[in-house]
Amino acid sequence: MKVAVCVKQIPDPADPGELDIETKTLKRDVKLILDESDSYGVEMALQLVGEDGEVVLVSMVPNNERNGLNNALAMGADSAVLVSDDALAGTDALGTAKVLAAAIRRIEPDLVLAATESSDGYTGTVPEQIAELLELPSVTFAKEVSIADGSVSVKRQTEEGYDEVSCPLPALVSVTAGVVEPRYPSFKGIMAAKSKPVEELTISDLGIDSSQVGWSGGGQEIVSIEPAPEREAGEVIEDEGDGHERIIAFLEELKVI
Amino acid sequence: MGTIWVHAETQDGQVSSITLELLAKARELGDVVAVHAGNDAEAAAAELGAHGASRVLSAGDLDGGLVGPALASAMAGVVDSEAPSAILFGTTYGGRDVAGRLSVKLDAPVITNVVDLIDDGGLVGVEPVFGGTTNVRTRFTSDKPGIFLVRPKSFTAESIDGGPAEVSEIPIPDLGNSGAAKITSQFVEESDGPKLDEAAIVVSGGRGLGEAEKFHLVEDLAAKLGGAAGASRAIVDAGWVPYSYQVGQTGKVVKPDVYIAAGISGATQHMVGMKGSKTIIAINKDPEAPIFSIADLGIIGDVHKVLPALLEALEG
Ligand SMILES: Cc1cc2nc3c(=O)[nH]c(=O)nc-3n(C[C@H](O)[C@H](O)[C@H](O)COP(=O)(O)OP(=O)(O)OC[C@H]3O[C@@H](n4cnc5c(N)ncnc54)[C@H](O)[C@@H]3O)c2cc1C
Ligand SMILES: Cc1cc2nc3c(=O)[nH]c(=O)nc-3n(C[C@H](O)[C@H](O)[C@H](O)COP(=O)(O)OP(=O)(O)OC[C@H]3O[C@@H](n4cnc5c(N)ncnc54)[C@H](O)[C@@H]3O)c2cc1C
Repeated sequence: MKVAVCVKQIPDPADPGELDIETKTLKRDVKLILDESDSYGVEMALQLVGEDGEVVLVSMVPNNERNGLNNALAMGADSAVLVSDDALAGTDALGTAKVLAAAIRRIEPDLVLAATESSDGYTGTVPEQIAELLELPSVTFAKEVSIADGSVSVKRQTEEGYDEVSCPLPALVSVTAGVVEPRYPSFKGIMAAKSKPVEELTISDLGIDSSQVGWSGGGQEIVSIEPAPEREAGEVIEDEGDGHERIIAFLEELKVI
Repeated sequence: MGTIWVHAETQDGQVSSITLELLAKARELGDVVAVHAGNDAEAAAAELGAHGASRVLSAGDLDGGLVGPALASAMAGVVDSEAPSAILFGTTYGGRDVAGRLSVKLDAPVITNVVDLIDDGGLVGVEPVFGGTTNVRTRFTSDKPGIFLVRPKSFTAESIDGGPAEVSEIPIPDLGNSGAAKITSQFVEESDGPKLDEAAIVVSGGRGLGEAEKFHLVEDLAAKLGGAAGASRAIVDAGWVPYSYQVGQTGKVVKPDVYIAAGISGATQHMVGMKGSKTIIAINKDPEAPIFSIADLGIIGDVHKVLPALLEALEG
């Protein structure tokens, strides 16, 4: 059993940087880290393959960044494919999916895992786009995943509750945060990660033309970036045993009670 | 601006609220055609028509298949003959799947997380970033139909008493392997009271409640006020309450008349899901908590004192 896990390396969400008004892309001079959303996919993959399976990571960046990959390798993944190319800066979700799909095709996995949405761009479209490009069936928003007899069973989040979905392999599944408890890399894991194979590819290695990626490849353009209108703060008072009365008076004023 | 397709999501003939919101905006922009999957198109046609759709293109029953590959294929099959200029989806579990699959079929990008659409010759999507502090306006540069994924509560649903929409069927081509996933059973989580994203009053709790057992304070207050209970991601991830309670960037967007945040710090990812509320009341023991910067009434205090006192006073 071979599982490919998409792992995005992103700026720390606690310090997300800013949009560069000139190039209209995210300023990425900061060190990238493993998107926490993807740590669930990595953990899920490790649990599903057990002892004799294989977990291969796939990541796309414009700048050779490996920090986040190393973290996922230290968790226990076996190897990684890193697609890195200057031309990838500003690539939109569809372009990203094309690159990742091409890399995954080479791996020939039984199962592809991704997060339902990344923490920085959160379009939430990349996994389904990858599935369509690879002509794979897919189940998004998985909150429980198990594998038996060549098919994957998923509890899929819905508006009303959840659906149980069954799908033959190979397939793509996107997982929600919290499906499993991601392990912390052990010291041994961190040391072992250093010698694990990371295959580095450019887009031309994947047969992708630079006109399909980058900002120009996207078929969309930013018209403007502006501060959103701010909400004014109202009255803030210290509770001196009368806080609840103030709330009740306020709700009465609003005719809610 | 020509024809606008709206992805119509229905349940037993009932049209979802996000669909009605999209219809309200779409009819300002052009002629509205609803695009649908399921066996209830005829039942939904009156409501879709009343909200401005002249026609419904329905892919019909999915026979246990997932909506993404099936409806995207059916839509791609008629996109040339129907020639929509824009295709609007709600940011829902199904909407995102169809939009993603369709984007590949048409080799066209998707503008996501849209909260407003502006007709500026072409259609421009307004997307809030960085927790809603900045708005980015994006438009398409090709002449392919523009695919937009719109956040719930971006527009206000309103019936215009239009006549029933005319239903026609669109075929689902052979999906091959892509359509192999099947739903084997469905579970509905029962809950009393109004739905979180439709309630006029929402009371949400966060880590400041201290422990899972204290969440009942939030639920009791919500029930007392005839509202719904919500939560921050911190306590969803901690397993105190199910994901369906989560308000924020990765949870539900709510816009109630009154939002009460109890023991919630006000992280940008939480605020993006609730700062459209008409009025906001916050209870937090930290005077520096960011939630106070957007609250109409802020109480610096202990939730374990304020909430029980509030419940007791409302009892009387
Ligand atoms: C604020 C902001 C708004 C944006 N808006 C849009 C928009 O409206 N339309 C658009 O097309 N693009 C948009 N983008 C660009 C988009 O975020 C990038 O194209 C990004 O490379 C992929 O999209 P995502 O992170 O949103 O993917 P999502 O679909 O949210 O990601 C889901 C999962 O796919 C996998 N994945 C995604 N990217 C990678 C990667 N590089 N390497 C490995 N795995 C990956 C991960 O498992 C990830 O969790 C936006 C970017 C930003 C910063
Ligand atoms: C990509 C991404 C997506 C996210 N999406 C979401 C989302 O959709 N929704 C969401 O909510 N979060 C989301 N988050 C998480 C978010 O950043 C915060 O971590 C989370 O909202 C914090 O929850 P909290 O306010 O309950 O907890 P904390 O930030 O820990 O705040 C607890 C608050 O309670 C107060 N408090 C403590 N004790 C008391 C007391 N006795 N009485 C009164 N007040 C007290 C404290 O002063 C503090 O302000 C996301 C984060 C990321 C990175």
